[in-house]
Amino acid sequence: MSTTTTDVHSHDGGHGEHEHNPYHQHHFATMEQQFDTSKLGMWLFLATEILLFGGLFVGFGLMQHRYPREFIEAHEHLKQDLFGRPFPLYGAINTIVLLVSSWTMVMGVNAAQTDQKKKTVRYLVLTILLACVFLGIKYVEYQHKFHDGLLPGIFYAHQAEDLIKGTHGYATFFSFYFMMTGLHGIHVLVGIGLLGWLVMRARRGEFSKAYYTPVDLVGLYWHIVDMIWIYLFPLYYLIS
Amino acid sequence: MSTETHTHAHHGGPRIYTANLFALLFLTIITVAAASFNFGAANVVIALAIASVKAILVGLFFMHLIWDKPVNAIILVAAFLFLGVFVMFDFLDVDSRVNFQPRNLAPMENATPAPDSMNPLKTAAPKPLEPAPAAPEEHK
Repeated sequence: MSTTTTDVHSHDGGHGEHEHNPYHQHHFATMEQQFDTSKLGMWLFLATEILLFGGLFVGFGLMQHRYPREFIEAHEHLKQDLFGRPFPLYGAINTIVLLVSSWTMVMGVNAAQTDQKKKTVRYLVLTILLACVFLGIKYVEYQHKFHDGLLPGIFYAHQAEDLIKGTHGYATFFSFYFMMTGLHGIHVLVGIGLLGWLVMRARRGEFSKAYYTPVDLVGLYWHIVDMIWIYLFPLYYLIS
Repeated sequence: MSTETHTHAHHGGPRIYTANLFALLFLTIITVAAASFNFGAANVVIALAIASVKAILVGLFFMHLIWDKPVNAIILVAAFLFLGVFVMFDFLDVDSRVNFQPRNLAPMENATPAPDSMNPLKTAAPKPLEPAPAAPEEHK
C-alpha cells in the first residue's frame, strides 16, 4: 500500500530520514537504543501489572480455598441459559472479542512496522471497536448482577440470610469478581484512550518503519490486558 | 552501517499472527469443553494449564518475545517467578492451618477445631471462653 499521508520526515530534505529522525532524542546514541530503552521500560511496567493482578488472583485463590462451596454456587450466577443448559455466554463471547482485538492490535503494529499507514489506522480503529464491544457486554453483565443484588461486600443483597448465618462466601466471591473484572475493565478503558491517541497520531502520519515505538508499546499493554483476561475467564466463569 | 539504521527486523507477519489467533480460539473452546467434565481437583489445574499455554502463545507471538532481545522475556518470567514465590508461601501458610494435634498424644479434653473466624459454617463453632461442654455444637 502506498503512503498517501504527508510524511513527517520530509522536512529533512535531502538528508534522508535516517540521517536524523525527528523523533530521535539526543540522549540516545541510536534510534534502536531509544526503541529498546522504551520497550524495556514498558516491560518493567507490565511486570508491575502482573504483580498487581497476581496479588488479587492469590487472594481469590485463598478465598476459594476457604469457601469452596459458596464459590461454586456463586459462580453459577455468571452463567446464562443457553439451550437449556447453563453456559458462561457473556464471559465466552468476551474472551473471543478480546482475543480477536489482540489480533487486530498486532496487525496494527505490523502495519506500522511496514509503513502501511492507512492499514495501521484501520486496525487500530478496529481494536477500539472491539474494546467497546467488550465493555458493552461487560455493562450488560454487570447490569444483571446489580439487578439481582449480587454486589460486592456490604452491598451484597442476593441471599442476605447467608450474611446473618455468618458465611461471607457469596459476598466475598462477588467482591473479588467486581474488583478484578472492574480493574481489568479500567485497564480496557485506559487502553481505549491510548488507542485513540495512537489513531490520532497515525492519521497525522507520524508513524513509520523508522519510528513506531508508541504503537508497539501500546500493543504490549493491550496484550497484557488480554493475558490477564485469559486467566480471569476460566477462574471465574468455569470453576467447578 | 549507519548508526540510525533501524535494525528491528520484524520476523512476525500476518500469517503467523492469524495462525496464533486461531490457536488461541481453539484453546478457548478446549477450556470451555473441559470445564463441562468433572475431573475433580484436576479441573483447576487443567484450566490453569490451558490458560498458561494461551498466555505463552500471546507472549511469544503477539508480544514478539520469540524474536525479541531476551531481556524483555526475562522481565516477564521474573515477574511470574516472584508471583510463584508469593503463591507458594501463601498456600504453605493456608495448608498448615489445620487443627494440629500430635498423633502420639491422646486427644485433649475440650479440643475443638481451630475456629474459622470468617466462615463458621465450614468448621465448628468458635471455642467459647468458658470451659466448653464436652461436645462442641456442630453447625454443619
